[in-house]
Amino acid sequence: MRTIRFLLQKEFKQIFRNKALLPLLFVLPIVQLIILPLAADYEIKNISVAIVDHDHSMYSQQLISKIGSSGYFKLAGYETSYANADKLIENDKADLILEIPTGFEKNLVRENQQQVFIAVNAINGVKASLGSAYLNNILMDYNSDLRLQWIRPERYNPAPVIEITSSNWFNPFMNYKFFMVPGILAVLITMIGSYMCALNIVKEKEVGTIEQINVTPIRKIHFILGKLIPFWLIGIFVFTFGLFVIARFIYGIIPLGNILLLYGFLSIYLIALLGFGLLISTYSETQQQAMSIAFFFVMIFMLMSGLFTSIDSMPEWAKTIARCNPVTYFIDVMRMIVLKGSGFKDIRTHFIIITLFAAGINGWAVLNYKKTN
Amino acid sequence: MDAPVIKTEKLSKRFGDFVAVNEISFEVAAGEIFGFLGANGAGKTTAMRMLCGLSIPTSGAASIAGFDVYKQTEKIKRNIGYMSQKFSLYEDLTVLENINFFGGIYGLTNSQLREKSEQLVTKLGLQKESKKLVGELPLGWKQKLAFSVAILHEPKIVFLDEPTGGVDPVTRRQFWDLIYDASDKGITIFVTTHYMDEAEYCNRVSMMVDGSIKVLDSPANLKKQFSANSMDEVFYELARGAKRSDN
Repeated sequence: MRTIRFLLQKEFKQIFRNKALLPLLFVLPIVQLIILPLAADYEIKNISVAIVDHDHSMYSQQLISKIGSSGYFKLAGYETSYANADKLIENDKADLILEIPTGFEKNLVRENQQQVFIAVNAINGVKASLGSAYLNNILMDYNSDLRLQWIRPERYNPAPVIEITSSNWFNPFMNYKFFMVPGILAVLITMIGSYMCALNIVKEKEVGTIEQINVTPIRKIHFILGKLIPFWLIGIFVFTFGLFVIARFIYGIIPLGNILLLYGFLSIYLIALLGFGLLISTYSETQQQAMSIAFFFVMIFMLMSGLFTSIDSMPEWAKTIARCNPVTYFIDVMRMIVLKGSGFKDIRTHFIIITLFAAGINGWAVLNYKKTN
Repeated sequence: MDAPVIKTEKLSKRFGDFVAVNEISFEVAAGEIFGFLGANGAGKTTAMRMLCGLSIPTSGAASIAGFDVYKQTEKIKRNIGYMSQKFSLYEDLTVLENINFFGGIYGLTNSQLREKSEQLVTKLGLQKESKKLVGELPLGWKQKLAFSVAILHEPKIVFLDEPTGGVDPVTRRQFWDLIYDASDKGITIFVTTHYMDEAEYCNRVSMMVDGSIKVLDSPANLKKQFSANSMDEVFYELARGAKRSDN
């Protein structure tokens, strides 16, 4: 125990003296937590729509102003011909073209039906499909408005009778930040855990001090604990700051569930992640190597964790990878406890899996860490 | 001669086809200053790493302070000090913090630590520098500090791998004073060096060529044997036949 005390003293002194490392540990994650959620916005706004109105009638004007006032679209231009509007798409100035044919109003009134044409720039698939869906909705809405205006009230409502009302649970205003911030915080903690611990150990290899350690009677488990405990504490600290300061005061997120449960999971998760860093360090000789390996895995961890995209919609093989990814479970637990207020019963499986991860990765790393070769 | 504290018997280390150390056998007595010479690439460091329990031999036998190099490496580590070619104190810790850390992990008590670090700092004349980061000290001081830290826990044997590389002659002289002090306290010194004047300071020296020990005797006897005036000449005579070298 005394050995560990000496090791911890040494590590903390070194960490707090390292002017390059400190901002990486404490400032960067906070800045990232402030910036990243703004970038990871699922909502599509500011869809540029070019309008080709051949009709110039009251009804076509009504339709256009309805589109403009929806809040999702901005008018990229009124064009006189489809060809001109097409140029706007080619120059990336417009995402959608709405073409209103001549006789739009006349046909609507006389024949009770009319068609409009929508062309979509599908390079950004999400924007294209959401944009055309929004526009379709607006058109349908406009359609039923017209029908209600024209048709005399009868006994039966000619408008569709089954109307769907939905309510959004756990995130009633569909604020995407509620969804993203806990996930991003989880990823930041992951990066601190895996990178910093690996780099720290490999640095001792590079400088040669590890040789001096290996020739002392320090038991390898003590040395490893001396390396893991400081970063474990730092991980907990950064998480606490992120959740109770940044998430609360900037994003207004107040965890619904049991905080102790959340920290319980975090503790085990950090052990797993630090073990992963340790494992990387046993396979690398230089900080560059460690960095490259860690970067490779953190990329996969991030993109296959369900942070940005839903795991349920991945192909089966990708789901398998996602299931082998510890970050998946942490993000899930974060969202469940923070947004949904889930209890231990709901995340019991997550707990079991992350504990297995922690035990497995650390066991492997400890076996692979050699004082003697 | 006292009972040997280092004893090897056909100790070898192979890396694939390459035989880094080829069946070396020798003994070092307690309290001796033993010079372990050889050209670059002769296998000195590999041999020394095996003796320190950092590297497991491929074949042969060796015991250090009575402990086996295969099975009792951790017991060996309790009884030796080691100073590697690379400077290996923590440059981002102060002089005192380094002394405390290394003393602490060898199990010195707090009062021992206090007493020892004061002694050491006074002896090396580092009173003013004791709270400075080790990285800021000149190389010569660093090396003297590293040696003093390596023998802080009073080991039976201390292994020094080219401890005076890159150090000026005056500091080298001071360094050897420290070695003699340690030797007087009964610590066995096992040292590699490329400076032949330092070889003359040793009680006995061995010369390694291409992984094998070619000669082993006192410097005086070696000079007589090769009818040479200095250890330099003995070294040239032996190293000339070497097939392995840096280039």
